[in-house]
Amino acid sequence: MTEKNRKRIVVAMSGGVDSSVTAALLKEEGHEVIGISMQVWDYSKFTARGGEKFDTCCSLDDIHDARRVAEQIGIPFYVVNFEEEFQRLVIDDFVDEYFRGRTPNPCVRCNQRVKFQLLLQKARELGADFLATGHYARIERGGDGLFHLLRGDDPGKDQSYFLFTLTQEQLARVIFPLGGMTKPEVRQQAARFGLRVAEKGESQEICFVPDNDYVRFLEEERGKGRLAGEIVDRAGNVLGRHGGTYRYTVGQRRGLGIAHPHPLYVVGVDAERRQVIVGPKEELSALGLAAADVTWVIPPAAETVEAACKIRYRHHPVPCTVTVLPGSRAEVRFREPERSVTPGQAVVFYHGDEVLGGGWIDAAVTGN
Amino acid sequence: MMIYLDHNATTPVHPDVVEALLPFLQGKFGNPSSIHWAGRAVKGAVEEAREQVAALAGCEPAEVVFTSTGTEADNMAIKGAASALGGGGNHIVTTQVEHPAVANCCLYLESLGFEVTRVPVDRDGLLDLERLEAAVTDRTILISAMAANNETGVLFPVREIGEIAARRRVPFHCDGVQAAGKVPLSVRDDGISFLSLSGHKLYAPKGIGALVVRRGVKCQPLIHGGSQERNRRGGTENVAGIVAFGRACAIAKETMNDEMGRLKGLRDRLEAGILARISGARVNGHRELRLPTTANITIPGVEADSLLMALDLEGIAASSGSACSSGTLKLSPVLAAMGRTPGEARGSVRFSLGRGNTDQEIDRVLAVLPAIVARLRGES
Repeated sequence: MTEKNRKRIVVAMSGGVDSSVTAALLKEEGHEVIGISMQVWDYSKFTARGGEKFDTCCSLDDIHDARRVAEQIGIPFYVVNFEEEFQRLVIDDFVDEYFRGRTPNPCVRCNQRVKFQLLLQKARELGADFLATGHYARIERGGDGLFHLLRGDDPGKDQSYFLFTLTQEQLARVIFPLGGMTKPEVRQQAARFGLRVAEKGESQEICFVPDNDYVRFLEEERGKGRLAGEIVDRAGNVLGRHGGTYRYTVGQRRGLGIAHPHPLYVVGVDAERRQVIVGPKEELSALGLAAADVTWVIPPAAETVEAACKIRYRHHPVPCTVTVLPGSRAEVRFREPERSVTPGQAVVFYHGDEVLGGGWIDAAVTGN
Repeated sequence: MMIYLDHNATTPVHPDVVEALLPFLQGKFGNPSSIHWAGRAVKGAVEEAREQVAALAGCEPAEVVFTSTGTEADNMAIKGAASALGGGGNHIVTTQVEHPAVANCCLYLESLGFEVTRVPVDRDGLLDLERLEAAVTDRTILISAMAANNETGVLFPVREIGEIAARRRVPFHCDGVQAAGKVPLSVRDDGISFLSLSGHKLYAPKGIGALVVRRGVKCQPLIHGGSQERNRRGGTENVAGIVAFGRACAIAKETMNDEMGRLKGLRDRLEAGILARISGARVNGHRELRLPTTANITIPGVEADSLLMALDLEGIAASSGSACSSGTLKLSPVLAAMGRTPGEARGSVRFSLGRGNTDQEIDRVLAVLPAIVARLRGES
């Protein structure tokens, strides 16, 4: 590699297979690679039930793994402490959203506010040309001079949904070396490099709720018994009581504790009235949604955009029309009604494999 | 060029020390408590090392108790004094800027019902002796104060503290880990009851330390076991470590004057160079009453962890003076006690010099630091 092509690249290392292979590949290509792990959460605060050991994306064990991988491939490695920022920018938002009756997505928030903001800033401070992560997504520079964010080539692993907030400025300084690979290929690479984490399992979705018991997490943060109230149907009939609106999310069927002739689903959560609204499956259906804090990777050419949208991570994109509204808002109309539009989740707009932009779901549109 | 400026964290083992300890890894394997030839072959070396440590510490050889680390020595002094003297009182006087080995022992004793008074320091990191003396009550069983601060190098007036302790008839524990070998210390002349020492801060290997316990001072063992160290610390001796520690103390005593003069010259040039080249930079700690090897500097507008990483990428090892166990940055309680804001503390770095450092190395640091700071400040 020529000196000109040799770049200084910071790799965000979580201790997992993906970011470890990312670092090893870049090092093999001849770049000057620097590994950094973010410590975002003090795991000593977390009292494990039964003392079981948790493996999540950013525990101290994983930082240890990342450090050992960095030693193995021969790159400098550092830990940056973002605990305070992560609490303020991700966890507080996560908790607030649940207490507003919404279902948040902390991974997008972390990418938006921590990984591609604070960590990218650190990388720039270290004189790095790029920040690399192990995300399954691709960035391509088009003939228009714009950076295009594309789905990862592994359809089962594509993580472009979590990246919709990336701006042109960020995309110019970020690389995703795994975007063109499948997970099995990445595992093969890990084995080829003899990485100690080659066999390591997948991380869970919410790193700071290691046992996935988010209700317990919320109650430890803010106390028990808040927002307890009634379970009602759309007509306002009281069908039962619940222990806190934050325990419920749209589309949920289990845990209602109501005997009813036909299956009931959560169709709405009203934190102000402390009500969980239930109804039959049909009431989950929505014609569209209202989105706020909409950002665009590629600025839209017109006021309406024909696109496909994902309304949660594990959702197949569905055709829709996006109407751009003032104040970074948008209205989305599905071609066919969609179930379980969930306030607080991200809606991401695609054109084929390309991410056009996205926003945060405020409300389902059910009427005309 | 790899440049090591973190000698307050640890030091490279002196080549003469390596030479002295190798026979005890390669052939002289005996247990010093044994009666036979193998034991005899090492017993003398342990006692010679005890004499060498005593000579540096200004005490009798019999007063030296070898421990695993400086931290163990601090634990032994504080917990040992508390368990021996707890019947006569329940109060400890210490300072706000002690090393965690002392600070956390005091916290632990607090959880057991002891009372702890932490005497503050001023903006220069100096101790107010009147407040220290005023804190002593008839329930006080121990005064614990360091000789030199690990983060700033600021020196406490050990002899004056010893005089207060003698006047009030309270034992005085002095954490001498950073000071030993850099500034003169004397258990005898300074009125110290307990003195903690660590080998790896003065060019011996890690895993060896000592607590000097003045004759007649009551102290319970921390580690119960065999009759080693005159029943004060159980466990078979770390013979190679002890021999190395002794040799390192002898070298330190012999070279202290010249070497500290040389290092003070380098340190002062480094500081002056940084202050001249980097706008807003300030030295933390009293400019005179300081170890000659330590420079703690606040650089406004930068985060210490980024600065340390960037320096490391240039081969320069420095420190923020305080790191938590996972290797990440926490704000320094020492700088907070000196009235620094969190922002100031966040931008503070420590350079600590030692015997390998040269003029050329200082030049190199002064050459690369301004560009790094400019980048961190977003000026380039």
